[in-house]
Amino acid sequence: MVEAIAMAHGWEMQHDERVVVLGQDVGANGGVFRATLGLQQRFGGDRVQDTPLAEAAIAGMAVGMAAQGLRPVAEIQFMGFLYPALDQIVNHMSRLRYRTRGRLSCPVVVRMPHGGGIHAPEHHSESVETMLCHVPGLRVVCPSSPARAYGLLLAAIRDPDPVMFLEPARLYRAVRQDVEDDGRALPLDTAFTLREGGDVTIVTWGAMTAETLRAADELAGRGIDAEVIDLATLSPIDTETILASVGRTGRLVVVHEAARNVGLGAEIAALVAEHALYDLLAPIRRVTGYDTVMPLYRLEMDYIPGVERIVAAAERTMADSR
Amino acid sequence: MRTVAEFRVEYSQLLGPDGDAVGDLPPFARDVEELVRMYRMMTLARSFDVKAVNLQRTGQLGTYAPCLGHEATHVGVGAAMRAEDVLAPVYREVGTQLWRGVTMREILVYWGGDERGSDFAVPRGDFPWCIPIATQTLHAAGAAMAFKIRRERRCAVAYIGDGGTSEGDFYEAVNVAGARALPVVFVVVNNGWAISVPLCAQTAAKTLAQKAIAAGIPGVQVDGNDVFAVRQAVSSALEAARDGRGPALVEAITYRLSDHTTADDAGRYRQAAEVERAWRIEPLLRTRRFLEKAGLWDEDRERALLADCAREVEQAVAAYLSFPKPEPGAMFDHLFERAPAHLAAQRVMATRRADRAGGH
Repeated sequence: MVEAIAMAHGWEMQHDERVVVLGQDVGANGGVFRATLGLQQRFGGDRVQDTPLAEAAIAGMAVGMAAQGLRPVAEIQFMGFLYPALDQIVNHMSRLRYRTRGRLSCPVVVRMPHGGGIHAPEHHSESVETMLCHVPGLRVVCPSSPARAYGLLLAAIRDPDPVMFLEPARLYRAVRQDVEDDGRALPLDTAFTLREGGDVTIVTWGAMTAETLRAADELAGRGIDAEVIDLATLSPIDTETILASVGRTGRLVVVHEAARNVGLGAEIAALVAEHALYDLLAPIRRVTGYDTVMPLYRLEMDYIPGVERIVAAAERTMADSR
Repeated sequence: MRTVAEFRVEYSQLLGPDGDAVGDLPPFARDVEELVRMYRMMTLARSFDVKAVNLQRTGQLGTYAPCLGHEATHVGVGAAMRAEDVLAPVYREVGTQLWRGVTMREILVYWGGDERGSDFAVPRGDFPWCIPIATQTLHAAGAAMAFKIRRERRCAVAYIGDGGTSEGDFYEAVNVAGARALPVVFVVVNNGWAISVPLCAQTAAKTLAQKAIAAGIPGVQVDGNDVFAVRQAVSSALEAARDGRGPALVEAITYRLSDHTTADDAGRYRQAAEVERAWRIEPLLRTRRFLEKAGLWDEDRERALLADCAREVEQAVAAYLSFPKPEPGAMFDHLFERAPAHLAAQRVMATRRADRAGGH
């Protein structure tokens, strides 16, 4: 997946000279995950800039650069280091366009690794997408495969509004897939149905799609036909796709790696309850990380929901049906 | 032990409090039209400021941050900039904004609780008011980066207050500006007070200009009540930045003669004697004295100018007061260029509620 991300950068920088890349170690080093590999050699130091070690500066300068006509793609090295940049993202990037009635805008992409599972040090494995989804004016996107990383990143860079682009760290090197470098974007604000099924809808995103698809295989062996939806754009939520699916299955399970309390699963459950309560045959279930901090890596796979927990939740949902 | 680096901070003043030149005057100070233009703008800023405070006191304007006492700094900076440069203001720089073409009506519309005030007809590229302290310094650095990448001979100017120099964003901005030789000038308006906290409680640094030196960029101090010194220092900093010689910081020493905002009461935390002393060195009087001593000004001209300013302010106030309230649906406008679908439904809800409320 990491090659697909570098490839999308390359395509868009080649075709739009307003696109510039900034972040820590994105230049000669090609990013700590190599997501910007080769870009500085290809496009030069002006368009691919190593910044000083200062996250607020990365986000704040991206605001200034975008307001003056560039299209910055900024990398935050790990999601746990996003917090110093949040002031700039929440107070300015998300609302400069609103505040100036469209006079100045922020077509910025802020990319960052998302989630755990790669034996990283402390503070490197966070999944706090809910914080970003709560902010009006931002789009939040999280791809789950190399092809979707390529197509959605292109869409994010071309979008006229700010996009937070969360890249599941454990998919960077785990998943290989041939991706054609054809400059074709995938739609934002659109969920992808990865597997069709009539018994239970399972909504998930990012790295958890892998576990969820494995769980669906397992469930199929037990006679339960699961539909798997990759949310892909976490804000705004593609409510239509979810409601259409729940309309068919009558059952909903939401799977996410992030902590449960006020997690995105709660919003999805609320949307379904508001719009389709009477379609439901069983209570909505959430399979999530726990309401504790992301542990150091010896326990990280105990924190991240596994196939077993997803299978169990789907089975319980089936059993609870009216 | 040996000294590996040494630094010093220079202070400049060209115009003393009694209106006498105390240094070599730059060419603009011998240009009569330019002199009158600067004095006129300082006077207009003060007239506007007094009116804005009165509007707030009479319930016709929201909370407002007065610029009383900062007129020389603000006009000096405005006059030093070029139209194609970009300003990242804080929220008090009336004189600079008026100089650059922002209108008094727009300023009132903003403080009157309406985002349309930030949609400046001129200058289109300037940043809007910035309430989260010091964040604007990074926007200026980013704008300067854009100019540098595109090889444009333009500069960004960021304002910041004395309290703002305690923020992380300020240090990040001066640091990156130095590291990348960005065409940006930081103007620190040191008015002695960050709401109720005096400078001595803010930092142990002897000057704020030295914070620039720590970032590897030039930092100078000027008398911020001296419009000549401010304009001269900022002009030469901008000239250097425009020529690719990198950023600079100018610390303008002035005094906040007003409360922090109309919601503040400075009498709670500072001595009247201090404010009285500050009034004796305020910027308008010394500029007027200079003009009088040069034979360019007299009582009649002063009266005519004040009447002119009052008329202009009243026109702006009338335009502001007759400016209609935005439609409730406007809170959904411009948040996105490509708005997500669910916002359309919320917009309908907000509009319908307002219609119902209006019907009662």
